[in-house]
Amino acid sequence: MDKLRLVYEQTCRAIWMSHLDTMRTLQRAVKRAGIPIRYSEGFNPHELISILLPLSVGTASLCQIADIRVREDVDIAALPAQLTAVMPEGIRVTDCYENAMKPAELKWMRVEGAWEYDTADTEAVAARCRELFSGSVEVMRKTKRGEGLFTVTDHVRDLTFTPGDGVVTVGGIVSCAEPVVNPELLTAAVRTHLPDCAPDGGRFCRMALYRADGTSYR
Amino acid sequence: MDKKLERILPLVQKPARYTGGEYGEIQKNKSEVDLRMALCFPDTYEIGMSNTGMRILYQVLNDIPGVWCERVFAPWFDMDRQMREKRLPLYALESGDPLTAFDAIGFSLGYEMAYTTVLEMLDLAGIPLRSANRTELTPLVFAGGSVCCNGEPMADFFDLMIVGEGESVDGEVLQLLREAKAAGWSKAEFLRRAAQIGGVYVPSLYTPEYNPDGTLKAMHAAPGAPERVTKRIVEDFETSCFPVKAIVPSTEIVHDRVGLELFRGCIRGCRFCQAGHIYRPVRSRSAEKCMEYGKEALAFSGYHEITLLSLSTSDYRGLNDLCDGLMDYCESRGIGLSLPSLRADNFSMDIMQRVQKVRKSGLTFAPEAGTQRLRDVINKNVTEEDLLRSCAVAFQGGWNSVKLYFMLGLPTETDEDVLGIAELADRVVHCWRENSPNRSHGLRVTVSTSCFVPKPHTPFQWEPQVTREEYMRRVSLLRDNMKARAVTYNWHDADTSLTEAVLSRGDRRLGAMIENIWRQGGFLESWSEGFDLKRWEKAAKEEGVSFAFYANRERTLDEVLPWDHLYMGVNKRHYVHEYEQAHKGLLSPDCRAQCSGCGAAAFLKGGRCDG
Repeated sequence: MDKLRLVYEQTCRAIWMSHLDTMRTLQRAVKRAGIPIRYSEGFNPHELISILLPLSVGTASLCQIADIRVREDVDIAALPAQLTAVMPEGIRVTDCYENAMKPAELKWMRVEGAWEYDTADTEAVAARCRELFSGSVEVMRKTKRGEGLFTVTDHVRDLTFTPGDGVVTVGGIVSCAEPVVNPELLTAAVRTHLPDCAPDGGRFCRMALYRADGTSYR
Repeated sequence: MDKKLERILPLVQKPARYTGGEYGEIQKNKSEVDLRMALCFPDTYEIGMSNTGMRILYQVLNDIPGVWCERVFAPWFDMDRQMREKRLPLYALESGDPLTAFDAIGFSLGYEMAYTTVLEMLDLAGIPLRSANRTELTPLVFAGGSVCCNGEPMADFFDLMIVGEGESVDGEVLQLLREAKAAGWSKAEFLRRAAQIGGVYVPSLYTPEYNPDGTLKAMHAAPGAPERVTKRIVEDFETSCFPVKAIVPSTEIVHDRVGLELFRGCIRGCRFCQAGHIYRPVRSRSAEKCMEYGKEALAFSGYHEITLLSLSTSDYRGLNDLCDGLMDYCESRGIGLSLPSLRADNFSMDIMQRVQKVRKSGLTFAPEAGTQRLRDVINKNVTEEDLLRSCAVAFQGGWNSVKLYFMLGLPTETDEDVLGIAELADRVVHCWRENSPNRSHGLRVTVSTSCFVPKPHTPFQWEPQVTREEYMRRVSLLRDNMKARAVTYNWHDADTSLTEAVLSRGDRRLGAMIENIWRQGGFLESWSEGFDLKRWEKAAKEEGVSFAFYANRERTLDEVLPWDHLYMGVNKRHYVHEYEQAHKGLLSPDCRAQCSGCGAAAFLKGGRCDG
């Protein structure tokens, strides 16, 4: 047993941590928990931990994945509780297992968002959003290669918009590999194409991960 | 989390610094506490969370039953703007409650340039700036930290100041505040009683009287207030609090590591150094205790680095034992050990090589002055031979980068002393050529100079600061003579050194100027983004303040100084003697070679100064 996969939630105040902050937090947590982590052998040795899908600042997740390498056998069943006990508020390790699927098998992610409205009629907003996303929607997207127009609707499916009291709940499946779609692009699309339906606040949460055939990714 | 805050956070840089929730944060049930204290740091989260004093006080105050101490930091400019626009008052990280919900608001003040940030934080919290305008008992607004050895420029804003080490006094102040709340005392009654606590300075109980030439004639204490406030210290440093369970920030901070405090005070008597004088007497922790604390803190935090803290680490008696013990623990866990504050005269390559098995850090020395004559004037007690010997050993050990720190504008400095810095840098380069086993990587010598700022409670407290123009002339002179390609020269800007000099030896007439600067938008002024000399010049003109009077004027030895009524443990006789020695170019031995009789040992009742 050398490679282990951790599944963890990142919610509450922890959603404001950057990817690098989260990485540092995991590295410190495995040290605090006394897990026999394996180190890199370079000039500055560091714990061998990698996060599969970095989380955008301000987005929550119930299905974050980190792969770690250990030097010796550990009690896998006890590990989630052991790690959660030494995490900051909002990070909770929910599962740990061996024989994880390869990162290349990951394709889809179910997301849920809550768009908050202080005054707007949420019934009307939901209806207009449904109408907007029934067609092709382009939005400006910033990547490492620069900024450009991106057809967001080509890479999302099963979008739902449910009105509630001062909130529109958004659900859907977004691509999380080639290309990775940040669900906040949906908010950006509304801001661009339906400025009067732009939410006053709110955020998304990653709910579950899937393979290309729609089966659960582990 | 507050809805307004949730909506602001996506709009600002590094939102994690405004949320709290870190590992090690202390949460208490509000219904089970009867006194709430906001521990404020007038700078950003990254700076404040790196501060050892903050970590200690957070632990000490939260250890008091019934007290909940929470942290508050200054927001960066973008957050400040958003908070004002969205009307979100300044809040504490633990509970998210606004500062107005607290009984006591204590500021940790480590440097003068934070003064305007104190005002910004109070205003952002909706709390009146001036003590006189806060008529209720709570929130009590006070300050502690090293600049309180002359907090006169902020006298109008604070209800009281802690003189000395806060962990020995703050608890007593909070206890008295608790009694005051229960008994329904007025604020005036509370302050009158608080002034009786050793180490507590209540500025409103002191009235300055000035001479026609603007100098201070006398400081009159109100009836019942002590004529002189004497600092308080932690007498038994061995058993004093070390926060082994300190908060581990969820975002990167400046000193993101365990800082293990070895001792307080310094055996050296560098005549420019305020910390070396106001933290006397020297009190140390045993190597065994340090080892225990260091290991516990590493295990709790999961940090990858530990650094040894003191004013002069290589003067710590148990350094070899401590390094060996810590390395046994650290090496197998991939933890680095770093040793800052090493002196060039007792630098040990053996120790450096032992501690740098995990990560190799840079090498930094502070000769402070370029010639032996000037180093003797400031009592640095380091020779050029010491420095070159240490560099030679380091170069032989594979180091190829050295940082050297100097000051320009030291008392009696001549152009020859300035040029001596360039010559010393050249000799370091030559030393590398002669000693480096592998020259293929090249050498990097970084020379940094700052402008000397005369500080209160030092033998140089009477000295003038050189003018900005003169400082820049010396910078140019040095820059033009720094010839070696391997040498990079950096200099600290003159404007902040000038303003720091004005504030550090200022009196309470500066309060109006500080408020004026803040009203023009000045805060976070230790950052280049926040500092603007024009604001200072405008405020000085409007409030009738002369920078030259405070910064560039030489005081006579018999002048009444604004901080004379605050006793930091070293008697004036000692300062005068050291001032005279400096002007004769004579060295004084360090405390271990010969006790100077400065008076600080009297603070250790039955104890012994470790000097």
